[in-house]
Amino acid sequence: MSRVVVNFRDVTKTFKGMEVPALDAVSGEIRTGLITGLAGPDGAGKTTLLRLIAGLMEPDRGELRTLDLDPIRDAAGIRGEVGYMPQKFGLYEDLTVLENLTLQADLRHVTGTEREESFERLLTFTDLKKFTGRFAGKLSGGMKQKLGLACALLGTPKLLLLDEPGVGVDPISRRELWRMVEELVGQGIAVVWSTAYLDEAELCGTTLVLNEGKLIFDGTPADIARPLEGRCFHLRDPGEGKRRLLTRALVRDETSDGTIQGHNLRLTFRPGTAPFPPGEIGAGPDADWKPVKPRFEDAFIDLLGGGPPGESALAAHTKEIPLDGETVIEARDLTKTFGDFTATDRVSFAVKRGEIYGLLGPNGAGKSTTFKMMCGLLVPTSGTATVVGLDLRHSAGKARQRLGYMAQKFSLYGNLSVAQNLAFFSGIYGIHNSKQRSRIRDMTEIFHLGPFLNAKTDSLSLGYKQRLALACAVMHEPDILFLDEPTSGVDPVTRREFWTHINGLVERGVTVMVTTHFMDEAEYCDRIGLVFRGQLIANGTPDELKASVATRDDPDPTMEDAFIALVTGKEGT
Amino acid sequence: MKNLSFRRLRALCWKETLQIFRDPSSNLIAFVLPMVMMFVFGFGINLDSSVLRIGLLDEASGTESNGFARALEASPWLEVHRYETRAGLGHDITESKIRGFVIIPPDFSRRLKDPSGTAPVQVVADGSEPNIAQFVGSYVNGVWQSWLQQDFADRGKELKREIALEPRYWFNPSAQSRNFLIPGSITVIMTVIGALLTSLVVAREWERGTMEALLASPVSRAELLLSKIIPYYLLGMFSLLLCAATARWLLGVPFRGSILALCVVGTFFLLSVLGIGLAISTGMRNQFNAAQAALNAAFLPAMMLSGFVYEISSMPAFLRGVTHLIPARYFVSSIQTIFQAGSLWKVLLPDILALMLSSAFFLGLTARLTKRRMD
Amino acid sequence: MNFLLRIRALVIKELQSLFGDPSSRALLVMPVVLQTLLFPWAATLEVENASMAIYNRDTGAASTELVQRFTRSAAFTDIVPVHSQGEMENAIETRKAMLAVSFPEDFSRKLAAGETAPVQVLMDGRRSNGAQIAFSYLQGMVEGYMKDRAELAGRHLPSEVVTRYWFNPNLDFKHFILPNLVAIITTIGALILTALSVAREREQGTFDQLMVSPLNPEMVMIGKAVPAMIVAFFQATLILCAAVFLYHVPFRGSLLLLYLGMFFYSLSLVGVGLLISSLCSTQQQAFLGAFTFMMPAMMLSGFTSPVENMPHWLQVATWPNPVRHFIEIVKEVFLKDASPERFLHLIVPLMVIGFFTLSAAAVMFHRKSA
Repeated sequence: MSRVVVNFRDVTKTFKGMEVPALDAVSGEIRTGLITGLAGPDGAGKTTLLRLIAGLMEPDRGELRTLDLDPIRDAAGIRGEVGYMPQKFGLYEDLTVLENLTLQADLRHVTGTEREESFERLLTFTDLKKFTGRFAGKLSGGMKQKLGLACALLGTPKLLLLDEPGVGVDPISRRELWRMVEELVGQGIAVVWSTAYLDEAELCGTTLVLNEGKLIFDGTPADIARPLEGRCFHLRDPGEGKRRLLTRALVRDETSDGTIQGHNLRLTFRPGTAPFPPGEIGAGPDADWKPVKPRFEDAFIDLLGGGPPGESALAAHTKEIPLDGETVIEARDLTKTFGDFTATDRVSFAVKRGEIYGLLGPNGAGKSTTFKMMCGLLVPTSGTATVVGLDLRHSAGKARQRLGYMAQKFSLYGNLSVAQNLAFFSGIYGIHNSKQRSRIRDMTEIFHLGPFLNAKTDSLSLGYKQRLALACAVMHEPDILFLDEPTSGVDPVTRREFWTHINGLVERGVTVMVTTHFMDEAEYCDRIGLVFRGQLIANGTPDELKASVATRDDPDPTMEDAFIALVTGKEGT
Repeated sequence: MKNLSFRRLRALCWKETLQIFRDPSSNLIAFVLPMVMMFVFGFGINLDSSVLRIGLLDEASGTESNGFARALEASPWLEVHRYETRAGLGHDITESKIRGFVIIPPDFSRRLKDPSGTAPVQVVADGSEPNIAQFVGSYVNGVWQSWLQQDFADRGKELKREIALEPRYWFNPSAQSRNFLIPGSITVIMTVIGALLTSLVVAREWERGTMEALLASPVSRAELLLSKIIPYYLLGMFSLLLCAATARWLLGVPFRGSILALCVVGTFFLLSVLGIGLAISTGMRNQFNAAQAALNAAFLPAMMLSGFVYEISSMPAFLRGVTHLIPARYFVSSIQTIFQAGSLWKVLLPDILALMLSSAFFLGLTARLTKRRMD
Repeated sequence: MNFLLRIRALVIKELQSLFGDPSSRALLVMPVVLQTLLFPWAATLEVENASMAIYNRDTGAASTELVQRFTRSAAFTDIVPVHSQGEMENAIETRKAMLAVSFPEDFSRKLAAGETAPVQVLMDGRRSNGAQIAFSYLQGMVEGYMKDRAELAGRHLPSEVVTRYWFNPNLDFKHFILPNLVAIITTIGALILTALSVAREREQGTFDQLMVSPLNPEMVMIGKAVPAMIVAFFQATLILCAAVFLYHVPFRGSLLLLYLGMFFYSLSLVGVGLLISSLCSTQQQAFLGAFTFMMPAMMLSGFTSPVENMPHWLQVATWPNPVRHFIEIVKEVFLKDASPERFLHLIVPLMVIGFFTLSAAAVMFHRKSA
């Protein structure tokens, strides 16, 4: 029988200088025997709640008991019993795997044979045995995450708090981590898993959903999805122009939310409405509706009052680029070696104008090396990378003027205001005077930046940073957009809005190259290249990739299944 | 202490040590810079003039003026260049080619017999380098006096001095400035290691998120604090001894005190600067600002206000008051005593006491700023 | 045109991030203000308010008269009477006195008898420089006394050399230190600024953003150089104003030449800063790297002690040190009204250094960005 290990009632925490509380009268409990998900967008208060539970902060009001102790007054009592993995994993990057483990073991008084046994167990468990001598800074995201977990598990805690362990980690590592954590739950440890990825929340035994410091849902994934029963549909085989169709579908009153899934559309309808005839939005004759199981994410968006509107105001302010069917991005035998390590090995692909091309792959597989060579940040050891027929290394200025770039950390100047960032990025692309003013005005309007124009960029929420980053990347109306994990850590509503804009731009003839860890983002791509061990192991449409791994037992695999099957299939060879 | 575990402390110290040795920039500051600085101070900083370049214009060209000119040229401390015109002298002193000049006027012989007591020669020194200018004045005067004496003696008369000052240096008999500058410079090196390097360490843990992981572990505040102090203390002491050895054996500075005295004074000074660095780092939690603050709060005062180059007693009263708040001041005076005079405990004790107070203050401040929680 | 507009965007961005928030604004101005207010008072090799111990075994009028003269002087404000040789040595040891004077019992008697009267002077060798200067003051006072005695007796005294000081008639140390501070303080500002600002962009990922834009590495470098130079000019002007209006150091030369020198100096500093930053990946490394360069460069610049006191090989070895050349320029333009020809002679090394550091930085930038 499961036991309550953490209990909190009306917990409120307000930070200095902030008007709105980070946590506002939140109540709930955490039990053994299952994984408790802690879901919500960035800035919802997830980290604050975890820190309160771990006794790292004191609540302003409310009651909080961790392992039947007051985490502030009996701090010493709970510290040995609670394993905590902070967002950046809390590892010393200049120490080796073994040194990190030894440090944590010493801090928790895990000694002698107990230490040997737990090292043996944890290293086997996390599959890090081969890498004990490697510096933590040199590990891939997935391995860092496992090491972080191993460190948090030393001394066999009764409660394990994981703060966004899935950020920046590929699906395979995430799935492995999930399995490990489930195993721990089986041993009687209570686990809290905080996440902004709702597909992770869906797997949890029970979930607390936070939004803007308030608890908006507490229950099982089945509970949250129940109101959506019968409201989620796939529009299958809609024919050409899926992006336009999605826009048209979302404009209608019946729909509250929608995404692209390969060739199909996935739509959520408002309560009391029914799917319209596909022909009404211009879908092909073969199109038909198929009811699907609602997901956590659908329910979450529904809780927040539905997704963003389907039309992109950005696209309306972008020039039309005629689709000439030309290849605008091309990699030919692209190779990059660092010493005797080959990061990218003879990768070739071509992207036509008006396409979205996605680069997928596990952490450290060479995906971002390839991406960097494509946009001219790294020089290939051999082979060529051309953009609009030009080698970025040689014809820098002209070619670069035509591309926009958005990095995963949203490379903005944090100590400049929003308006100053906009002015700067338009300025270096040679936009001046009245043109500059009108572009800045447009961007402010499109991305609702008006109220923040004079705010320091650092003070913005992640969602607004992401919007600003996109605004800065497209101000000069580039033909080609390079997006490096553009929605990392961003909540689903903002992510929807982002893709609405990207879809709109692509409809205008912009070509997009994107890297991502989100499988639902991969579904937006026209074609996907899967990179593993430096090589392109698969290249095709999302549906082709999914079909390639379909078996009799699993005739309709998800993108994540396809990813894992393709990668693990290669691993054996 | 109930919440101090030897095992945890040892583990944290070991971690800190590994980090120091693995970061190239820490290595640069901890091992390369001290050696560079010792040699810079050993050879580059010298307040005793070696050889002065001066100009000489002899407008008299008689036997007497010739004699004096030769006396000037014979001085080992002067490098005399002859000039033909006053304009030439003016030009070259402006261009810093000479640091002063002597003009022997046409009526030198006549004015030599004048009872006014002022020498008939005209001496000008370059005031833009006050240190050198002073030497020009006193060297030329020295040559003048001995030439005069010689001149009198040659004429069979004795020039008797009524009062003879007999100067003698107590400590540092050869009066070499490097003998006090080099020990003094150890102060600067220790400040750099103690304050500048540590100003980054706590801020770095906050920036990289490792502090959060530490705080969630059973580590106590005392352990956290000690683990930052001990490794840097050992590093500082190592470099103190290394610098002292370099000063003694490579640079030939006499060392009259005891290692014990050096270690005692060094300990309390190091603890003070560690306290400053850690307090800044703990309070700021931001490497960029912490580094700047440490530069202004620890390093520059140690350079300018510690009395190691610039005499404290010559500063105006308010500034002298300020220097009492600077730990480097007490260390400079102690280490100069240890090197030049020996372990004079009665001299060292007041300084040690002041350093103990300041280390208690700054470490106490750090302890106050060190939070066991994140809010 | 387009080129200039893009550079302008870079420069404005940099200035906005420097002056945008109060704390970084304060970091640019406060240290400069504090340093200009404190250091000219601190950095002096003159001796004032020194302490002197007097062990007077003589009871005659001569020694009393001398002691009174010592007491009245500005150089010695603290006269400590001691009563034994041991106490005298103790006063030196404990730093109660910088020098100690001992009059023997027969001092006045010998003087009256026309014999040479010896006076023992003990000096603190731990501060030999100050002690030496203090001793020369003492010497001056004794000579003065003897002169007065000779005059009273109508006797002829051996003549003495009087030195006049050009460019700084009172040999005021502030006239020396303030021009030096112009160079030293701007060095700290400009160097740390360029080294850190590039490293910070690298850490925050905005550097990549610049590299994928149509800007080429040279433009990025100019965009970093110009703001640092603006800050350096600003700080230098602040100190110049303080020197002239607050400390009343006469500015004799041409402002134009000074700023021209300033231009080439900041150019070579920016080159060093960019070079350091291109070798570093983190702000910490950039800061410590800049510091490691700055320390010896400042020490060997003629600021703490004259360059010509260094051994010859070191004078040659420090030729590539830009601080050294700029200090010479500021001092000569400021105090000596250096002629344009002389200025040209002094500026050449800075141009050469600037050319090398900037080209090296450009090469490194290309290598890193490509």
